[in-house]
Amino acid sequence: MTSRQEIILEFELQASNFDVAGEASSKTKRVLQQIGVRADVIRRIAISAYEGEMNTIIHSLGGTMRVIIFPDRTEIRFEDQGPGIADINLAMQEGYSTAPDYVRKMGFGAGMGLPNMARCTDTFDIQSEVGVGTKIMMVVFHSS
Amino acid sequence: MDEYFHSVRLIASRCKGCVNCTKRCPTEAIRIRGGKAQIIESRCIDCGECIRHCSSHAKAAVTDSLADLALYKINIALPAPSLYAQFSLEFSIKTLLGGLLKLGFDEVFEVARGAEIVSLMIKEYLTRQDIKRPAISTACPAVVRLIQVKFPELIENLVTIDAPVEVAAQLVRAECTQKYHLTADEVGVWFITPCPAKMTACKQPLGSEKSNITGAIAISQIYGDLLKVLSQADEKVDCNSASWVGIGWAIAGGETSAVEVGNKLVVHEINNVSSVLEQVAMGKLNDIDYIETLACAGGCIGGPLTVENRFVAEARMKQRMEKIKNEYQVSGRSPLTEYHNDELRMSEWQAIEPRPILLLDENILKAMEKVELIEKILDGLPGLDCGSCGSPHCKALAEDIAQGRASETDCLFKLRERVRDLAQEMIALAEKLPPSLAKESEKSEE
Repeated sequence: MTSRQEIILEFELQASNFDVAGEASSKTKRVLQQIGVRADVIRRIAISAYEGEMNTIIHSLGGTMRVIIFPDRTEIRFEDQGPGIADINLAMQEGYSTAPDYVRKMGFGAGMGLPNMARCTDTFDIQSEVGVGTKIMMVVFHSS
Repeated sequence: MDEYFHSVRLIASRCKGCVNCTKRCPTEAIRIRGGKAQIIESRCIDCGECIRHCSSHAKAAVTDSLADLALYKINIALPAPSLYAQFSLEFSIKTLLGGLLKLGFDEVFEVARGAEIVSLMIKEYLTRQDIKRPAISTACPAVVRLIQVKFPELIENLVTIDAPVEVAAQLVRAECTQKYHLTADEVGVWFITPCPAKMTACKQPLGSEKSNITGAIAISQIYGDLLKVLSQADEKVDCNSASWVGIGWAIAGGETSAVEVGNKLVVHEINNVSSVLEQVAMGKLNDIDYIETLACAGGCIGGPLTVENRFVAEARMKQRMEKIKNEYQVSGRSPLTEYHNDELRMSEWQAIEPRPILLLDENILKAMEKVELIEKILDGLPGLDCGSCGSPHCKALAEDIAQGRASETDCLFKLRERVRDLAQEMIALAEKLPPSLAKESEKSEE
């Protein structure tokens, strides 16, 4: 039996679908627990996955979350279909949020999502184009 | 290697091998094997859900009994406040405590008094800057075990303070060994409890090496005996009786009221607790200071070893608390506002270890292979989660198969598919006769 060096998880994220919001991150977390990644590393991966998942559901027109788990690291990629971020530096500032009112009433929209993701991960790359969409790529090393 | 002590046990003669407990277990710790329920020791958290839901009454908690009191020179009863809610208000708390003295106990010490001290300790603890928020209560041992097993990353959020009964036991032991001039092993300290998880915690304490409690007696076990002696019991008058602050711990929300903390959350019932802890693990509840998490709906009065319906119990408890409030107002007394640290020789809190039950293999590459294998097996299963195979749902069976603990044909539906495939093969074979034999139609022509 050949040993697969990676586990790939793909999730479709629908805009404004709060029924299933968080499930993708939960499933990712479960797999990491099944393979024995350290609890504190799982915590960081789970938080950054969750923030990214919620961002996609709250702010985007819809997108995908792709998780690739290697023995030594986990890579998470988010890709959405818009609307894109005009000023990335502003978006990365703690406390800055463009969340609509109904979202804030649900307890989200504190403006900490992107900064949390950057803080919890070992590498964080974000690219965006207004009218096209946003791409995020993060890596967390299991031994970090 | 850990030896697991569990107070939750199976009475095999009553077990019908039905799927009820299997599907209710929050940690998927039960499998039906050989027509009987089997508890996987490493997964069991002693929450007692199976005791609650077994229609054949085949699940019970191991409990000490009044007969064990004979082994000790002096016996002390530590009644959990939930006990007071089991009896109607015609019996005052003082009468109930007096009743316990009639059952063979030499002394009675209310666990609620321990709860008041612990409330003050937690209040102080929450003012610290270095603790992880939200802080999670350690009052419910089933929840602590749930965290060990399913949310090990939240162990650092647990409040490192002993449960009220441990504090009570420590205080009363000190008092009595002095008063009676006895050694520790001559004194029996008995917790009267609604909770199997607390029973386990007495034998295998969380956070310390040894418990101060000798044993635990279920409320349901002692209820009948106590009821019989109540009419002749004298009221036990004690100037140190517990206030509503400590007694309130028995109902959900009582602990957080007692602790008087800012941003708090109260969650009860084990599945609700799981959902909320999932959110904490995702970093969602960071603005909450303190979470009171209880495995039983309604709090301890809803424990599996109680007798009274929890709504009735809650109403009674609240009435009793009101009564005490009024008494205090009249007498000018107030609840405890400080405790003496030197009275409690609190030993170093022992770190709580994670119990990673989800781990598929010690070797990460093998574990990754198993993850893929489980997905593949799960795809082939019908997804009905019926429990007929003895595992709680298809996902659990897929894992059991991948780990070599079960086979695909355990699934009734897979077995039926195989039988149908075999039957079709046999029919096909039956229609193919070798050319050397005469065909049926030719024979009849002769």
